[in-house]
Amino acid sequence: MKEVTAVGTAPDTLPTAPGSASEIVDLDAAYRGSNIQQVLDELEKELIGLGTIKGRIREIASLLLIARLREEQGLTTDKPTLHMSFTGHPGTGKTTVALQMAKILHQLGYVRKGHLVVATRDDLVGQYVGHTAPKTKEAIKKAMGGVLFIDEAYYLYRPENERDYGQEAIEMLLQSMENQRDDLVVILAGYKERMHTFFQANPGFHSRVGNHLDFPDYTLEELMKIAELMVQRQHYDLDEKARRAFREYLVLRMRQPHFANARSVRNALDRIKLRQAARLIARGGRIPREELAHLAEVDVRASRVFQAGTVGTNED
Amino acid sequence: MKVTQGTFSYLPDLTDAQIKAQIQYCLDNEWAISIEHTDDPHPRNSYWEMWGLPMFDLKDPAAIMLELNSCRKTFPNRYIKVNGYDRRYTKQTVALSFIVNRPAEEPGFRLDRQESADRQVRYTLHSYATERPSGKRYGEG
Repeated sequence: MKEVTAVGTAPDTLPTAPGSASEIVDLDAAYRGSNIQQVLDELEKELIGLGTIKGRIREIASLLLIARLREEQGLTTDKPTLHMSFTGHPGTGKTTVALQMAKILHQLGYVRKGHLVVATRDDLVGQYVGHTAPKTKEAIKKAMGGVLFIDEAYYLYRPENERDYGQEAIEMLLQSMENQRDDLVVILAGYKERMHTFFQANPGFHSRVGNHLDFPDYTLEELMKIAELMVQRQHYDLDEKARRAFREYLVLRMRQPHFANARSVRNALDRIKLRQAARLIARGGRIPREELAHLAEVDVRASRVFQAGTVGTNED
Repeated sequence: MKVTQGTFSYLPDLTDAQIKAQIQYCLDNEWAISIEHTDDPHPRNSYWEMWGLPMFDLKDPAAIMLELNSCRKTFPNRYIKVNGYDRRYTKQTVALSFIVNRPAEEPGFRLDRQESADRQVRYTLHSYATERPSGKRYGEG
């Protein structure tokens, strides 16, 4: 694989000698002007938990702001590497954070459009010789001016098959991560362990990805908060008993295989809504308005998770 | 002789930054952008060859510049133009079209007069470039 060092985009104008004038830089005004706080607040509101991730995002946002101020003051800085890797178990908010990240980068002027293009192996790797390059190029072009989010990135690399076309996609990605750094931010996502082996097998990626963010699993309390937020947002209502039942449900569910954090919570709530609807229809008659929004304990308790001896089945 | 076809053709050739800004304007108007090239500069030649498919789903001019630059690399000595196609119902036409690349040397045209019946004269434009077969008109490009 050919390593292409970036053709240095030399600035047209020579920077004014640093320290030539001691100007005062108003950080507060710059911070307010950049709307970072709004985006961070939104992040705080939308995402439960994930303290470390939020901290890292704040750091990255600060770095970008400072880099911009430095540039305005004529202090040359290398453009920070913005490619990132998000590792964590399913349902820990990787895609959601990626969306927010695109917004933040857009707000700070580091990407021009701030859209997120989600791609998986299928979108990048072709079926036959010569099919991969155009496909990868399409995805890269579509993501230009925004963020290219590659979910389960390790599937690109299949060491067991040396004729696999994934390598071609990887090389193209590496090339544009280097040469189109100003036009494109790439975020690679996937399980931690597998991403680790992926990076070891592709050192080019590892060196080009500046920020490694690890998404921790949610705690029970956080999952409950997520559930409440989801219920609230969909204009449903869990009563006290149902809430307790749901907590018990989560405790049991977390021990089962294929637990996917927030996604499992959402699926469980969807099924609870299903059972509520079935219960209401079965009863028929005239009901008060609140009953339409009310999720009762029986709806939660009817889940198969509560029945002993079903360990190993998928969710329900 | 500088061929003047399409928008901006009486201006000096656009710089890449200017081309980018025009592409941005197209994108803002949701026009689909396509790149076409030819080595037959006759003004009535409306069938230029397509460089890839029209780009309907791109959001950023950088992606189109990438295609444009690869077209330039392949055909440095051809005319290349960027078209913005307005796909709205009742419009459905090219709304903006401008040349972004031209051969180093443009031999220009000659006016041919053809005498026909009753001393009528018919005029036609003859492009010197087309005297050679396509593909060999402007160097190897």
